Amino acid sequence: MKWGVVRFPGSLDDGDSLYALADVMGQDARILWHKDTTLGGAECVLLPGGFSYGDYLRTGAIARFSPIMKSVAKFAADGGLVIGTCNGFQILCEAHLLPGALTRNRSLSFICEWVWLRVENAKTPFTRAAKQGDLLRLPIKHGEGLYVAPEDELRQMEERGQVILRYVDSEGRETESANPNGSMRAIAGVANERFNVFGLMPHPEHAVEPMLGGTDGLKIFQSIAGSAR
Amino acid sequence: MQVRVFVTPRKGILDPQGRAVESSLHSLGFKNVSGVKVGKYILLEVEARTPSEARDEAKKMCEALLANPVIEDFRFEVDGE
Repeated sequence: MKWGVVRFPGSLDDGDSLYALADVMGQDARILWHKDTTLGGAECVLLPGGFSYGDYLRTGAIARFSPIMKSVAKFAADGGLVIGTCNGFQILCEAHLLPGALTRNRSLSFICEWVWLRVENAKTPFTRAAKQGDLLRLPIKHGEGLYVAPEDELRQMEERGQVILRYVDSEGRETESANPNGSMRAIAGVANERFNVFGLMPHPEHAVEPMLGGTDGLKIFQSIAGSAR
Repeated sequence: MQVRVFVTPRKGILDPQGRAVESSLHSLGFKNVSGVKVGKYILLEVEARTPSEARDEAKKMCEALLANPVIEDFRFEVDGE
């Protein structure tokens, strides 16, 4: 599968994403520059984590206006697969490709730790290699990961199955302490209504080899690779 | 023409910064303070013939970039109004 990893000024995880996809998984992955206006034939576009444009104004608010984002929006409107991790998730929300917004962690602290996530919907191109209820262990590292959306929209998202990942404890239970950033409904990852755009705060690209502490991130990328059109 | 934009967390949206500032004020003895919110103050120089033209432009800027309506409210003041 052909992947395009977008590099914005301030992206951090573009290199690790490329490594996970190309070196670990043997995928055809390449970097796309934020000033590019084409996606180089990519079948899946990945917006990586980092601090694009220094997080000025709001996280993801400026990156959204990068030239490449017009192409990404069109690609998504045509049904193309787009995944955003961490800052990539924030950019997708700011670009209105995903519902809701990400704001300052409840603790006001930057959090860097491993978390447990429950797969809430395994019928998406991003989770089909998992089963509903499966637990994934992935790292998070963010200061602004508190997911927020209007209550009526959250209800609709739940009904449609757009809540893809939720923070839980190691037993799969939703608890106050298992929700690291105070996200509404412990939401860690959501999809759009068409299920071709997915954003998550955790970092699958940092969990692709035992040496890195875990391999559950592969589940996400394998799901996508297996969904090639 | 100067436009002063105020962006604040929406009502009902958790504002951990405002809460932290409020509890610090309480611990300093300012027990009479409540409803603290921390937002942004943005100054703009807008080229416009009339204040109402500047106002229209500022509104568009807020909606397009300066505020995120999911989490923030905005209001602004225009010189000469």
